[in-house]
Amino acid sequence: MSIVSSTDILEQRTRRDARHERLFRWLLKGCALIVLAALLGAAGATLWGGREAFTTFGWHFLVSSEWDPGNDVYGALVPVYGTLVTSFIALLIAVPVSFGIALYLSEVAPAWLRTPVASAIELLAGIPSIIYGMWGLFIFAPFFAEHFKPWLTNNLGNKPDDGQLSWVAEHVPFIGKLFGSDYPFGASILVAGIVLAIMVIPFISSVMREVFQTVPTPLKESAYALGSSTWEVAWNIVLPYTRSAVIGGIFLGLGRALGETMAVTFVLGNSMRLSSSLLDPGTSIASAIANQFSEAVGLQKSALMALAFLLFVVTFIVLLIARLMLRRLASKEGR
Amino acid sequence: MHSPYLRRRITNALAMLLSTLATLVGLAFLAWILWETLRQGISALNLKLFTKITAYGEDGGLANAMVGSLIINFVGIAIATPIGVLAGTWLAEYANRTKLGESIRFLNDILLSAPSIVMGLFVYTIIVLPSTALTHGSTTFSGFAGGVALALIALPVIVRTTDEMLRLVPATLREAALSLGVPQWKLTVQVLIRAARSGIVTGVLLALARISGETAPLLFTAFGNNFMAINPMEKMSSLPQIIYQYANDPGESMHALAWAGAFVITMFVLLLSLVSRLILSRSKVSHD
Repeated sequence: MSIVSSTDILEQRTRRDARHERLFRWLLKGCALIVLAALLGAAGATLWGGREAFTTFGWHFLVSSEWDPGNDVYGALVPVYGTLVTSFIALLIAVPVSFGIALYLSEVAPAWLRTPVASAIELLAGIPSIIYGMWGLFIFAPFFAEHFKPWLTNNLGNKPDDGQLSWVAEHVPFIGKLFGSDYPFGASILVAGIVLAIMVIPFISSVMREVFQTVPTPLKESAYALGSSTWEVAWNIVLPYTRSAVIGGIFLGLGRALGETMAVTFVLGNSMRLSSSLLDPGTSIASAIANQFSEAVGLQKSALMALAFLLFVVTFIVLLIARLMLRRLASKEGR
Repeated sequence: MHSPYLRRRITNALAMLLSTLATLVGLAFLAWILWETLRQGISALNLKLFTKITAYGEDGGLANAMVGSLIINFVGIAIATPIGVLAGTWLAEYANRTKLGESIRFLNDILLSAPSIVMGLFVYTIIVLPSTALTHGSTTFSGFAGGVALALIALPVIVRTTDEMLRLVPATLREAALSLGVPQWKLTVQVLIRAARSGIVTGVLLALARISGETAPLLFTAFGNNFMAINPMEKMSSLPQIIYQYANDPGESMHALAWAGAFVITMFVLLLSLVSRLILSRSKVSHD
């Protein structure tokens, strides 16, 4: 009798445990699916919010540079152009600098210096973007306008102060247009690109440094034994070995740069006019939304939502490529 | 010396020089940004910041923004922590090497760097718009909506650290508990999460550091409020939002207030990252 009841209890307990186990499993899975829901929801919500703009303007939305709240006509070209160009400038600066930092930290610096310098660079990544924005607005943009901009406009641009075109502006195509400006302030596409570059350098350099450290030491030592210099080992051994992950790191930085709002909004000057000059103010998708969304109504709000959808899709693709590239090295390592 | 050797040596020396220079440039910008924040921030510090609200304008302080930031961050972390820890646990313990698990881990990494302003618009659509419609406009923007937006940004950070930390827990611990007949959920809650506790706490602190400087997602969710708001269902001010507003103001004294706010946030974030580093180095597990 007592034996039967104790197996009963045991069976009950097993059943209860199984029930709890199932419940727990579903709870956990539900939480994990929230991650999925957040991504799908963000894409869906912005697409839904932007449907009016998409249906009203169709493909014209993507190629039109008009942004006229008075006549309720909106085109995405100016903010899209600003986003792409600022991010491109940022990468142009950040990639070589990050490579230099990663090289210094993994091959050049004395061992005792590596950890403190690496932590200091990573500290840059932790500073909130609004601080970059303020620094850019109050410190860097005026500094740039005073020390760099006159030189650029006078020596490279097509609108120099004294009216005399420089040799470069006259003979090299496009350069004159890129650096010609009669806008007196610092806030511009170029400054936004530079501030963005400073922001993404810690991201790119820490990925590069990490993947450089995964290169097997025997590989490097073999190259050194054959008489390679440090630079030759870095360029011919380390970089080819880690190529995919390095590209992944760069795309990760690009993803950050494309979606960055605050650091750019402060230094872009918020102008919805398309200008060929890098020294003129402009706008980006994120800063157009930040500046206009709270006052926008109707079609303008929808157009901003549509912009957000475009931004989300583009960054998603860029980050997807980044993660796939980074994963390739991880699988080579057998992780 | 033969010329090819000479050329190689020069190339090498040049590359070394440039890489050192790149590091110095990076450090110089870090120093420049921190220095300006400290200098401008400290010179603007005074007691009024903590006692007066923003309604007084240039004679006021940032008290309501600080309280708002604390509440919004708290709501964000309070939502993101349980969900993030459970999701991370699922990835590490239940779905490791399954197809769905791998894809969610992958997508979580993407969410980690997704543009925060889009997250703000998402929350605007799913919380602010419905609550406006349901309450006929009496509840529109709210601190709660801001907290949800921040939770979406904190979530992937917590998921990732939890996942990584749990995978560092030695398998022998799991085997020992399972061999005693402990059901897996009990093993997970009472053994594994406890073993990875310090790592998980670090993840939460990192997430807090990440969201406490976020501005973009708050603009259309918490919106801002010049008066003290404690109820999370009201419009609420926050430090980053007030910095954004004051920095764009033409008045010089507003700029000083903005710098003071920037100083407070920077110190808070740096302190958090320092503390999380300390916890990590004490528990001796690596983290990227």
